Amino acid sequence: MKKIRTPQELDSLRNSLLQQRDPNKPCVRVCLGTGCRAHGSADVMTFFKDEIERQGLEIQVDCKQTGCHGFCERGPVIVIGPKEIFYQKVKPSDVPDIVSKTLLNGEVVDRLLYTDPTGQKALYEHEVPFYKKQTRLVLANNGKIDPTNILDYIAIGGYQALAKAITAMSCEEIIDTIEKSGLRGLGGGGFPTGRKWRSCKEARGNVKFVIGNGDEGDPGAFSDRSLMEANPHSILEGMIIGACAIGANQGYLYVRAEYPLALKHLQTAIDQAREYGFLGNNIFNSGFDFDLKINRGGGAFVCGESSALMASIEGKMGEPRAKYIHTVERGLWNQPTNLNNVKTWANVPLIINNGIDWYVKMGTEKSKGTGIFSLVGKVNNTGLVEIQMGTPLKTIVYDIGGGITKGKRFKAVQTGGPSGGCIPEELLDLTVDFEKLTEAGSMMGSGGMIVMDEDTCMVDVARYFLDFLQNESCGKCVPCREGIKRMLEIVTRITKGQAGEEDLELLQDLARMVKDFSLCGLGQTVPNTVLSTLRYFGDEYDAHIRDRKCPAGVCRDLITYVILEDKCTGCGACFKLCPQQAIQGKPKELHLIDPAKCMRCGICRDACPFEAIIVG
Amino acid sequence: MVNLIIDGVKVQAEEDSTILEVAKFYGIDIPTLCYHEQLTPYGACRLCMVEVEDGRRTRLVASCLYPVREGIRVKTHSERVMKGRKLILELLLAKCPNSKILQDLASKVGLEQIRFKMENEDCILCGLCVRMCAEQMGSGAIGFVGRGQKREVVTPFRMASEICRNCGACMYICPVVDLQCRGVKSPGELCNSCLVITPQCLGKYDQVMCTLESCGACIEKERK
Amino acid sequence: MAGTVSEYNKVDEIIKGHSHEKSALIMILQEIENLYGYLPTWALKHVSEKLNVPMIQVYGVASFYDAFHLTPRGKHLIRVCLGTACYLRGSPRVLEAVEKELGIKDGETTPDRTFSLQSVHCVGACALAPVVVVGERYFDKMMPTKVRSVLKAGAG
Repeated sequence: MKKIRTPQELDSLRNSLLQQRDPNKPCVRVCLGTGCRAHGSADVMTFFKDEIERQGLEIQVDCKQTGCHGFCERGPVIVIGPKEIFYQKVKPSDVPDIVSKTLLNGEVVDRLLYTDPTGQKALYEHEVPFYKKQTRLVLANNGKIDPTNILDYIAIGGYQALAKAITAMSCEEIIDTIEKSGLRGLGGGGFPTGRKWRSCKEARGNVKFVIGNGDEGDPGAFSDRSLMEANPHSILEGMIIGACAIGANQGYLYVRAEYPLALKHLQTAIDQAREYGFLGNNIFNSGFDFDLKINRGGGAFVCGESSALMASIEGKMGEPRAKYIHTVERGLWNQPTNLNNVKTWANVPLIINNGIDWYVKMGTEKSKGTGIFSLVGKVNNTGLVEIQMGTPLKTIVYDIGGGITKGKRFKAVQTGGPSGGCIPEELLDLTVDFEKLTEAGSMMGSGGMIVMDEDTCMVDVARYFLDFLQNESCGKCVPCREGIKRMLEIVTRITKGQAGEEDLELLQDLARMVKDFSLCGLGQTVPNTVLSTLRYFGDEYDAHIRDRKCPAGVCRDLITYVILEDKCTGCGACFKLCPQQAIQGKPKELHLIDPAKCMRCGICRDACPFEAIIVG
Repeated sequence: MVNLIIDGVKVQAEEDSTILEVAKFYGIDIPTLCYHEQLTPYGACRLCMVEVEDGRRTRLVASCLYPVREGIRVKTHSERVMKGRKLILELLLAKCPNSKILQDLASKVGLEQIRFKMENEDCILCGLCVRMCAEQMGSGAIGFVGRGQKREVVTPFRMASEICRNCGACMYICPVVDLQCRGVKSPGELCNSCLVITPQCLGKYDQVMCTLESCGACIEKERK
Repeated sequence: MAGTVSEYNKVDEIIKGHSHEKSALIMILQEIENLYGYLPTWALKHVSEKLNVPMIQVYGVASFYDAFHLTPRGKHLIRVCLGTACYLRGSPRVLEAVEKELGIKDGETTPDRTFSLQSVHCVGACALAPVVVVGERYFDKMMPTKVRSVLKAGAG
């Protein structure tokens, strides 16, 4: 394989690829992202390959694997080109129909189309309500290219930005472009990316590093996973451009070990980029050398914090350090290091290709461009969402998310992962950007958006996050290690109805101290969930403390289960499954739960076919 | 040399020195636990936190690690700082109630009750022993192991170490194990025999005015 | 207890595969864990020696990260996701059901070393919540009533 040494060579390769590829040729693109795989899309892919071979259609029809399309709720997802017909929940048994009807004759298989709650069907991907209101730029190619084939990436214009930046722009021009675009870090703090690059460039030192943070530890967030699986080259290209501007010759991609597919695709991408000369020595004949290595995380949420991540790359425990001297000045092995989230890196080629004006037009005054969110929880359409900054929360939850499941009432959206906070109904008109989320007591973080309904207890949510963070705290500093422990004790007692008013005061004192005194971002943001739930759902705390009641019906010590007389048919389903043998009753007669034995585990409630068991 | 203001006093410091070093030089007392002059600063106990205003914003920093910068204004005993220090000591004492050094520090900041469930540990994970063993004794026989609640100081595999020379430096430097407080009469009680409580001047000024080893005379008079 | 000569060689191969780089410690340990299902003491000592990294640092790293275990694990690893999306959809009850079915608690291994149970926080498949992973197989929309059949299917 001859390396690409000039922009002209890249252009001619791209043109020859486009000439070889017939845009009108029927092509079935099967999503093999982790979400769809879990639903069996690998089998669907095998069935397609077999069926196409069986019918001797290899020349007329293409079959391609892609990464995550983002609409994981409806997986396995496939798209049939050239019309971009969107099929969801595809089973292997559907394959013969799809091949003979859609691929060969352009006919639609109705039952596989997305249908919204009103019964309206969508034919093309862009008609599906989930995708309609999105502005997919970074994720645009996720469902279109085969992530294991660099030629797909080149065919859609990949590595053009790198060619332009490295041959036609100075380092100053590149940094200036990123600065003026207003791009901000999409991994957590939202720090202006251009400013970070500039500080790193100006830092003293001959050996510099760049790092791509793919350690997505927020439970409920999978945007990094999706991007790394589906379009790894976009991240690589961004990192090479950044490294060139900053003057770094070595880069690291830090990816959590829990994402095996992402790791695999990134390694393949790196190998292929090296083959084609985009990584290695004398890239595009510029004299600039740069290479990338992948470091796997060992399983520690705290390693998403930049100084802990760097300690981990150095082969140590993931303990953060004080950042009074920033990592851009002294980072990996005490050398200047620029760390950005993988989503941030993927924005770079887009900005270089399309220019500052294009990017700046999108978003709000201080938050430009798009944001990528994992919309999960009690929404009908769970999946990955990319929207312009400044989109109202309401649009995301209702228009894109399709509203709350089972027709329940919206209660809150938790954003920013364990470091974030909960946003209540009265703030649904909030336009999503860095500032507005922080003002509301939450933060953008890594883009997790967890929708909660009326059946969620907000005190239990605070308890959940405290428990998570207690387990993930590195334990180095006193406020975080001891503070979380005691906050968790108090909140747990509140969920058990064993707390008093003075506990609330102590909880708030602790929260404020942990926020002020902790060593790193993990500890400093621990209190956010507690403080935001106290701020907006104080009445729930009061109910637990004063009335010893859990209004949402969740906290086991404060609820009882009751079988409704008018709904119970005496079928005995609950009786058979109760692990405590707490249910008594004769067949076809009303059954009763013995509150003394009942553990409120909820198994009976799930099992009852008549919804006769409720929280009393 | 760098010019800065600590507690209203104009001081000069060498570049690259920390706020704590400068404060010590000028006799301004900032409490510490995990700090030792002859070991690299660790910044884990957070007792030495001070308020720093650098022209753009005010924030809390660990004085044992924060390098001095031109023109910063430092407050070592502001209300925010005092409140936090008190709570940190309360947390530590809930864990290790028998340490004399912790009991003394508690008295100094006016801690009078512990509102948490008491335990009876003898390690506050300050890391002095680890750094002592590695840096002064050149051994590195012990170290931190585990994460969060499971963090502890042990030898590899919790077995007798081949590189430990039984020098005892780790015990010598430990602020918790060595001196036991004799004033505690029942578990969970705070000794408070040498009590110096939160000075009254905090109500009038935005930080304590006699930070050079507060004598507590103003309070003793109040109590009597 | 020391490893056999061929086992030491296997570990040497792994270290060589990472060019003896100290910064590859975590990945080297991961590969050893993949081989043995846990990190044997002799292997940790050998890595410390070969990589020239202090034993206490190797031990510290082995104790810090979730990927590592210092005691042998079961043949089949069951991971119950307690990530936020799964939690809200009732995964703690699924965990309880698995604990009951196997007779062990979260983080433990069955006495016959068939199963190890580990709660995890987010496997990145939040749309399929609640999720249980047995080995490499993902089971979605889990409920306590499905536990027995999933364990059977996962164990093969």
